[in-house]
Amino acid sequence: MSDPAGLKKTSLNELHRASGAKMVDFGGWDMPVQYSGLVDEHQTVRRAVGLFDVSHMGEIEIHGPEAAKLTDYVTTNSVAKLKTGQAHYSGLLYEHGGFVDDILVHKVADDHYFICVNASNQEKDFEHIQAFNRFSATVEFAGDRYAQLAIQGPRALETLQKLTPVDLAPIKYYWFTDGVVSGTPARIARTGYTGEDGFEIYIDPLEAPRIWNEIIDAGAEFGIKPCGLGARNTLRLESKMALYGHEIHASISPLEADLGWIVKLEKGEFIGRDSLAKQKDRGLTRKLAGFEMTGRGIGRDGYEVLVDGASAGWVTSGSPSPTLNRNIGLCYLPIDRAKAGQKIQVIVRNQPVDAVVVDTPFYKRSK
Amino acid sequence: MSSYPEKFVYTKEHEWVNAQDGIATVGITDHAQHELGDIVYVDLPKVGSRVEQGKTFGSVESVKAVSDIYAPVSGEVAEVNDSLTTTPEKLNEDPHGAAWLIKVRMSAPDEIKKLLSAADYQSYVGAES
Repeated sequence: MSDPAGLKKTSLNELHRASGAKMVDFGGWDMPVQYSGLVDEHQTVRRAVGLFDVSHMGEIEIHGPEAAKLTDYVTTNSVAKLKTGQAHYSGLLYEHGGFVDDILVHKVADDHYFICVNASNQEKDFEHIQAFNRFSATVEFAGDRYAQLAIQGPRALETLQKLTPVDLAPIKYYWFTDGVVSGTPARIARTGYTGEDGFEIYIDPLEAPRIWNEIIDAGAEFGIKPCGLGARNTLRLESKMALYGHEIHASISPLEADLGWIVKLEKGEFIGRDSLAKQKDRGLTRKLAGFEMTGRGIGRDGYEVLVDGASAGWVTSGSPSPTLNRNIGLCYLPIDRAKAGQKIQVIVRNQPVDAVVVDTPFYKRSK
Repeated sequence: MSSYPEKFVYTKEHEWVNAQDGIATVGITDHAQHELGDIVYVDLPKVGSRVEQGKTFGSVESVKAVSDIYAPVSGEVAEVNDSLTTTPEKLNEDPHGAAWLIKVRMSAPDEIKKLLSAADYQSYVGAES
């Protein structure tokens, strides 16, 4: 049971509690882990539409004539390639190439970048960016100014469209626009952490409870359900999206995490670049791989992985997959053992259980 | 609000016991199944093995997590609900009925006096949640 004392709360906390959501301590935040049930919520997002409160996520805003230069210097992806109204996934690294955090960078204007970061990392991220700010730019900690709601699933567009005059259909995946939702200014981004189509909206926290209820009403005809962080985790795992503290952390580089596509070594100097270039030259020793249990058991976070009977890696995330009805997971393995078809074993409560490396993502939506 | 059968006794680890003629039928409570969420595996002991009050005798695994199950009474396992191996989801649907876990031939029937009444358990989980 979670004791809400001392935990941070989103502006929707009372609403979650009044609706009977099961609450947990998630990185110091009192958050709903489940409403109607994890599997039910998961299927609802895959088949219809689900609504998530992700207001615990942090926001950092970078303003100024050299906002792009600073953002580019502290992140791995190429900020120069972003157009106004476009967003991309990126990494915030230490000099040694490990992750400070994984982030979404939105280009609001040439002199304004809006960064969405993980809840429990937001203070650390802010200090990290600030520490490297030798540019004509200001870094603003904006986590308290935004509530964030995620509307996810094949019926997300129809649901949200009922509440905004913004024409949503032309907004492409990983693009956003500033508009109005239910009469309130909103940043509307076609992004998500579920592997489905959908939107993430950033709004005034004081308006969030009202807008939450209006989205639930608007989505009723499509079968919308409020969803918790439990379903969010299984949805992102099926789509092989990384979770900070699991697939990625300070001792893991983006190359090891199979996130080479967010690393643009050729873009010029950035924090962590030298380490990544060296790692690339020398060759990786380990890599993130997907696996599927073939024996009876679930390989969960932190469980040891064996290859040929010897310790070879560890599970970063593992769960039954509600969509595939199989037990799936992600793990780190020696680079020459990380190919699909490799037989491995996961130690499940002191017993080795058979599993096999498989191609990822586990689930990809049909467009 | 869940209803907890009056004729059962309960543990603070969320197991229930229905004791009759020296045989204790054991299960997990509605509160427990709700907390666990969607149950995908149930591991139970074999018939003839011994269980001891307060010690783990099996586990229940949901999509989210694994939880140990503790024996509410001591004795020998007389019967195991094997149907849960193939249909573990029954634990979410009927935890106080069809989804009982094991039947124990009690070696110390007085042990059940240490357990909670339905009313006491109800107020215990009410206070906990």
